[in-house]
Amino acid sequence: METQTIKNKETSTKVTERISGSEAIVRCLIEEDTKIIYGYPGGAIMPVYDELYKYQDKIHHVLTRHEQGATHSAQGFARISGKVGVCIATSGPGATNLITGIADAQIDSTPMVCITGQVFSHLLGSDAFQETDIVGISTPVTKWNCQVTKASDIPEVLAKAFYIAKSGRPGPVLIDITKDAQMEMFDFSYEKCTKVRSYIPIPKTAVSSVEAAAKLINGAKKPLVVWGQGVILSEAEEAFKAVIEKAGIPSAWTILGASAIPTSHPLNVGMVGMHGNYAPNVLTNECDVLIAIGMRFDDRVTGSINTYAKQAKVIHFEIDPAEIDKNVKTDVAVLGDAKVSLELLLPMLNKNTHPEWRQKFAELYAVEYEKVIKNDLYPTKEGLTMAEVLKEINIQSKGNAAIVSDVGQHQMIACRYAEFNQTKSNITSGGLGTMGFGLPAAIGAKMAAPDREVVSISGDGGYQMTIQELGTIFQQKAAVKVVVLNNDFLGMVRQWQQLFFDKRYASTEMVNPNFVAIAEGYYIKAKKVTKREELADAVAEMMASKEAYFLEVCVEKEGNVFPMIPTGASVSDIRLE
Amino acid sequence: MSTEKQLYTVSIYTENNIGLLNRISAIFQRRHINIESLNTSPSEIEGVSRFTVVVKMTEENMKKIIGQIEKQIEVIKAFYHNDEETIYQESCIFKMKSDLLFDERQIQNIIKESNARIVTVNKDFFVIEKSGKKEEIELLYRELSVFGIMQFTRSGRISVTKEEMKISTLLETYNN
Repeated sequence: METQTIKNKETSTKVTERISGSEAIVRCLIEEDTKIIYGYPGGAIMPVYDELYKYQDKIHHVLTRHEQGATHSAQGFARISGKVGVCIATSGPGATNLITGIADAQIDSTPMVCITGQVFSHLLGSDAFQETDIVGISTPVTKWNCQVTKASDIPEVLAKAFYIAKSGRPGPVLIDITKDAQMEMFDFSYEKCTKVRSYIPIPKTAVSSVEAAAKLINGAKKPLVVWGQGVILSEAEEAFKAVIEKAGIPSAWTILGASAIPTSHPLNVGMVGMHGNYAPNVLTNECDVLIAIGMRFDDRVTGSINTYAKQAKVIHFEIDPAEIDKNVKTDVAVLGDAKVSLELLLPMLNKNTHPEWRQKFAELYAVEYEKVIKNDLYPTKEGLTMAEVLKEINIQSKGNAAIVSDVGQHQMIACRYAEFNQTKSNITSGGLGTMGFGLPAAIGAKMAAPDREVVSISGDGGYQMTIQELGTIFQQKAAVKVVVLNNDFLGMVRQWQQLFFDKRYASTEMVNPNFVAIAEGYYIKAKKVTKREELADAVAEMMASKEAYFLEVCVEKEGNVFPMIPTGASVSDIRLE
Repeated sequence: MSTEKQLYTVSIYTENNIGLLNRISAIFQRRHINIESLNTSPSEIEGVSRFTVVVKMTEENMKKIIGQIEKQIEVIKAFYHNDEETIYQESCIFKMKSDLLFDERQIQNIIKESNARIVTVNKDFFVIEKSGKKEEIELLYRELSVFGIMQFTRSGRISVTKEEMKISTLLETYNN
């Protein structure tokens, strides 16, 4: 040990400094290029906040109004920027309030580092004030977690945390640090983590697997690509576009894959899944080769798994070996980073256009347009539809806004109708379906990308789950555009009650407050729209605003989202009405 | 691939880390899989731990579980084997009244025939240890239970595989 220390001193150019554990935490964040963190102070994390006060010119701490808001803001930050989102909280309730956001980040593969304070190590297990076993609680929903009880472990553990959160298939990491470790003095030096012995973040792409995939694709008459967030996370957008363009493959996206290529791209045939588009869902059960890229065959995507694409050969491009054959049996698995694999694939592909096959998508789109889309976008009845609002936002944003949606009917409508020109523009809670995600995530997204237009779209239900974050918008002067599509119902649940529970609307009706007054209470410009003729101007005014703006749109009370694949039905049994 | 449930021995090589047991057991618990037995110990490699978990499930599910286990950051490698592919043992300990040893001559025969071993004897009780397959231990339990057992405990399965485990090679590739 002695000799090692001396050797390190000789070879390392870094000089160690004697600082506290809490200062080390802040210095580690700076070393990891963290400029914004989201959090909420409390007893067990106070030494770190004291250091944040000292380093406030280097790290901007955003005080959210609830720790859940901090996690969703960190997620929004991560999703729009591709960087690691960071949040910080105290022990006990501060830590447990992070759990929903952590679980959301885990299932949606969002890189996030959460730092929690913990009681003094000598009090661990004594049921001390605000003590909770957050490492135990967060284990099933973190990519990695760790408790630190010694200051000298802080640099290495935090370096590892950032590396694990960001590398391979990203995910949330929680580091729990006891108060004595924060207060202890030690010799600090920092070294970034570049590998962990037992962890292979990215499996090396096997050329043979890419060749096998190319052979199937080249031989396909009716190929269909379904891509997911993996394309965005691997920054494989260009390679992806080149592949589908060369092979002329109609391509559909999962909810988290949206925006990887522009909505207007001729090969973009829309969304798959429960409320996805008609053509890609129906034709999933007609294609001869299904090429899944960076997606995980979620049950909301596949419908009944027993009748999902049984006729097709399945190729799965995937970074996570545990996803292969998890839900859908693959014929060819291409393990590896999507960008690397797709770049290898490109030169192996034959040029193709598949005009007849693509014509089928056009035909089914026409059916969907007639039965659903036309009535959503250009309704003839009195009540405003959610889709109309999206249409106006598209007109004003020209497809350049990042759309941050919450969970429910408005989310499905937002994903179906929002136009995207840029990648990383669709930020929503996909896997976990966390109501309340939208507003705080939009704050994080806006702060990560201040030059981008960020529009938060929520329903009246989810909005009220994290409505307190209006306070964060106000305090931070975050110019988020907040849209609430208000139907005075928990609309998606009400839709199910209508369709599957004989219209017994159990606890789905919302008696709502004056949303405009609440926004104004936070000194946010606000407007309410109830009539069609007011909508375009109101959206234009909102989008033109340099500051935060709240817009409530009262939409028809009992509107439904179609198409819809009922639970347990096959993708090809998708209902249009 | 067999769709019938069968007994598998899962061998998991891991970093020696607090909390990993929780992480691994959560993978089974979440999928409602009962763990038949579990043992943790050092492995043949310094600093590397080995979990031996016995579960009953289909091979298809077993493969998925292995994927989930290997996904954990501090897991180096996980394998699954059926009984034919492993050499496995369990161990058990019986505590019985010392009088029996002298009053019931049959006990001595049972101990001898079952290849059990007397660990200690004092004036109040004696302790028998037996290693072997589950069935052998169960047989011994049945035979001894007629005389009255004061305490009984059985260990989880420990096993080695017939095939080579190339963990050291694996660790080298991780390092490069």
